[in-house]
Amino acid sequence: MTETPAPVAAHSSLLAAYERNPRHFHEMLDADGTVRPHWRRLLADLEASTPLQMRHRSDFVARQIREDGITYNVYADAKGADRPWELDLLPNIIGAQEWAGLAAKIAQRATLLDAVLGDLYGPQQLLREGLLPSELVFGHPNFLWPCHGITPPGGRWLHVYAADLARSPDGTWWVVADRTQAPSGAGYALENRQIVSRAFPELFRELKVQQLAGFFGELQATLRRFAPTSDGESPLSVLLTSGRYNETYFEHVFLARYLGVPLVEGHDLTVRGDTVYLKTLGGLKRVHAILRRMDDDYCDPLELRSDSALGVPGLLDVVRAGRVLVANALGSGVLESPGLSGFLPRICERLLGQPLAMPSVATWWCGEAPVREEALEALERLVIKGAYPSQRFEPLFGDTLGKPRLAELRARIRARPQAYVAQELVQMSQAPVWQSAGARARIVPRAIGMRVYAVATANGYTVMPGALTRVAGRDDTSIVSMQRGGGSKDTWVLADTPHGDDGAHRREIRASDLVRRDDFLPSRLVENLFWLGRYSERADDTVRLLRVVLSRYVDSGTTNPSFNAAIDACRSLGMLRGHSALRRRLLASVADPDAPGSLPGTLNRLYWSAAQVRGRLSQENWRALLELQRETAALSVDQLGLGDALDVLDRLLLGISALSGFAHDDMTRDDGWRFLMIARRLERLQFLADVVARVMRHPAGADHATLEWLLELADSIITYRARYLSAPQLIPTLDLVLCDPANPHSVLFQVAELCREFAALPDAPDGLDALAAIERRLRECDLSALEDSLFGERGRGDAMLGIADLATKAADLSRTLSDQLNLRYFAHVDDVSQRTFST
Amino acid sequence: MGITYDVVHRTEYRYGAPVSLSQQLLHLAPRDTPRQARLAHALVVDPAPSRRVDGADAFGNPLTRLDFDRPHEALVITARLRVRVEAGDPLDPLTSPAWEDVVAALAYRGGEVLDEAHLEAMRYRVESPYVRIKTVFADYARPCFTPGRPLLDAAQALMQAIHTDFTYSPEATQIATPLLDVFEKRHGVCQDFAHVMLACLRSLGLSARYVSGYLRTTPVEGKPRLVGADASHAWVSVFCPRQGWVDFDPTNRVVPSLQHVTLAAGRDFGDVSPLRGVILGGGAHELEVAVVVTPVDPADT
Repeated sequence: MTETPAPVAAHSSLLAAYERNPRHFHEMLDADGTVRPHWRRLLADLEASTPLQMRHRSDFVARQIREDGITYNVYADAKGADRPWELDLLPNIIGAQEWAGLAAKIAQRATLLDAVLGDLYGPQQLLREGLLPSELVFGHPNFLWPCHGITPPGGRWLHVYAADLARSPDGTWWVVADRTQAPSGAGYALENRQIVSRAFPELFRELKVQQLAGFFGELQATLRRFAPTSDGESPLSVLLTSGRYNETYFEHVFLARYLGVPLVEGHDLTVRGDTVYLKTLGGLKRVHAILRRMDDDYCDPLELRSDSALGVPGLLDVVRAGRVLVANALGSGVLESPGLSGFLPRICERLLGQPLAMPSVATWWCGEAPVREEALEALERLVIKGAYPSQRFEPLFGDTLGKPRLAELRARIRARPQAYVAQELVQMSQAPVWQSAGARARIVPRAIGMRVYAVATANGYTVMPGALTRVAGRDDTSIVSMQRGGGSKDTWVLADTPHGDDGAHRREIRASDLVRRDDFLPSRLVENLFWLGRYSERADDTVRLLRVVLSRYVDSGTTNPSFNAAIDACRSLGMLRGHSALRRRLLASVADPDAPGSLPGTLNRLYWSAAQVRGRLSQENWRALLELQRETAALSVDQLGLGDALDVLDRLLLGISALSGFAHDDMTRDDGWRFLMIARRLERLQFLADVVARVMRHPAGADHATLEWLLELADSIITYRARYLSAPQLIPTLDLVLCDPANPHSVLFQVAELCREFAALPDAPDGLDALAAIERRLRECDLSALEDSLFGERGRGDAMLGIADLATKAADLSRTLSDQLNLRYFAHVDDVSQRTFST
Repeated sequence: MGITYDVVHRTEYRYGAPVSLSQQLLHLAPRDTPRQARLAHALVVDPAPSRRVDGADAFGNPLTRLDFDRPHEALVITARLRVRVEAGDPLDPLTSPAWEDVVAALAYRGGEVLDEAHLEAMRYRVESPYVRIKTVFADYARPCFTPGRPLLDAAQALMQAIHTDFTYSPEATQIATPLLDVFEKRHGVCQDFAHVMLACLRSLGLSARYVSGYLRTTPVEGKPRLVGADASHAWVSVFCPRQGWVDFDPTNRVVPSLQHVTLAAGRDFGDVSPLRGVILGGGAHELEVAVVVTPVDPADT
């Protein structure tokens, strides 16, 4: 650091109550309990802050996590629900010098592991020379025999590497686990940074914390550099996700957005010949690089695990042909076996000709008899892990087992020794965690571990100057695991010298590189945007209709003919079906997701389709959707009163209107957006036209009370009053709801907008003519036939039926167009692939 | 002494709905073995594939990849091959080393250099997708693997035990039937018999691989017809440092000789299934397989 930080008394008030465990290394305090120099500035800041300032900071962190929707899925959770990400307010701080040493060691380890993959998928010299047991390699489900003999582009197997580190009491960092397949967490580290740096903005600036952006810039550059392209082609990279049920799906979305690459699932890609393509609205587009967040053996159901429904059939043959970069290379997961660690020092000497700088914790692979006996002897002091992920063996801590279970474990290991690995248990270091339980805020020590990341570049590996620091869930445990309910910290690596911004890593974008149009919209994404549009409009329509019915039910009771007309409209739309009392059916429509045509049912579908396109929605938009979902999820039919129900509807209508605002102002107007808007128009057209047709055929169709709710439904009551200053009448109401080209809620308006949008679609589909015909008829519609004096009551009835027929035609056209769009643009999305075997 | 065979292996898929895209991996050409030489091989495919690539898989078997990118409602693949099978030296199981010595020789010792045959054997000594390593399998095999017994003698005894204890029933299992189910219910088809024997051998620490192939369709006069003719067949091959790879057919309780035609070898069925594919569309489909194996020389019938 360039400035001398303010000295902090060793026994300041925060530290006074802070109990350091002398059996652990402490990140903040040295052995005497003195604050280490690189932590002093933070501690001084904490001491100088008022309780209110600190509460604001904690609240800020909690709010950011909630509002950004940062989550981590836990498989074990029965509800499969997203769990909010846990982030501590205080960063973990690492000094500049210590980091430089650590980074160099991590880079060497990445280089080594890359070389090991090159050997295992090539000459297998390490196995021939007895430097590595073949059991650990051939027995590992992620050693993929079909990949043997393939050299990936540029001869690089490992593009992103992560190591889980723990610091022992003497201050040494050890590798506890290697992540070589599709390391997760770098995105969470970046997200943590964006939040915590804003909670301490001055401090962050003064400490000259090293930036993370450069690492991601390198990753982009790596994908571009190694992507095999033909002349003049600009490489297309995608992020392949295993889907929204993956525990780190949030990170997939976040990374794809940050890196600026399409987020795709297996069925968004297709292999034809020796090339892999992205299925887009504009046809198939060649993919040059795949950053995968999918396990090795799931990536190609044709050649690898045949029971995988996630991967891309034929992908491996494209890799074999050298026509696509897959990062990390398929099969790299074999190095994640904990059994490998003990063999790395000699392998490093053999492959790199230098000693291994970053050691693993002491590891015993039980497949070798003398080693096994040693491990069995010391079992109660060790951690026992499975050598292969297929064992589904949860690590066991020898010191917690007791004699009978230890004996059992010994027998189990002897029966199949090659499948077990024993490791030394590291007493992990501790760092302070901010706790603001009640009025008294304090810092408490917690065990921490760091996951650090390296990326392959043109000149070896670059290590991300930062980490995902993971925090043990309770104060008595030494296990850090997101799956088991731990938390996380931002990691601040201090800089030796002031440094410029990360611009150096950025690719210069020239005028000729400008992109105005996204040619790489996956069809599935567009299809989900389409359904997002339909469900948002359907939610809007449903709220308005329920509000009409509920308010009439409360005010005027059930005998009123205009009320019956409204109920009739509901039933024609599939709502309020069933045999229970009307009151209950009404409340069920507001609160029960399983009731036919109910609002929560529609909102669930809305939420589902939004989740499929989450990468395309702004944070604010997503937040608004979450709120809607929360609002109805808490409701129960039995506890809901009529007044409450109306209240809920009013609040929901506001939230839903906001969605339409987002659609108009917040999204880029590409083809995806166009489909969303078309969907909204189609849905509104169908709804309005259906209701108008129903009302025109109802005996109470011309009652002013009926017309009043029709106007309400079409959000046109204010316009009506401004124009006519009288109770609703048939002709002006129909003019406004049906034929007014300037009313955004009129049937004609929807048809006219659809005509425009259809014409702008790529390869304009059928249906334009039919739309134009309906538009003409609506424009020419002569409402004077409805005048009483002309043909008397009978004539008016006939004219109303004529209007009803026209409206029905419009609604039917909406249905037809929707089907045609699906057939024309999305038919190939739905095709189910299946795997076949013959004997 | 040897026999030359003609083999016709016909596979027909009839799909309930059109298949718009299909990718198939074929293990339908024979590998060469010390006892068997390929004389001719031809493949007739209907409809014509949009792409065909011939090569080899990681286990040294011939492998053909076919792509179909035009809609079709049926797929018929007929493989014709002519091979020469030699009887080889008669097996003398008692000359093989004690099985524990083989287990010990295959175990890892740091720094010990492995020759090509040894390294290759190591591929078939671990779990694979269809073959689990479990104590129950080792326990089942133990009565045959008595202390000091020669490896091939013990393996032959295991083959006989499986043949005695397990019932051959084509209806009982599917490809997806887990091995432990097969083991518990004690019945299955030739693939299951082979997988059970592999699991037993590997659970003891031995190296053994899965062999796919054919049986001659009409029996030699005076001998019973072998079980599993008319279709592709499967058996196992055990690695012995002295004798190399030695075949055992637990379905028929014989050491394969002149009546077995080898197609491919791998860790288990998944590595060498004759036709493995992914199709888009297709709906429900029907599969029909027919195999005919006849000696070319009438004198051999």
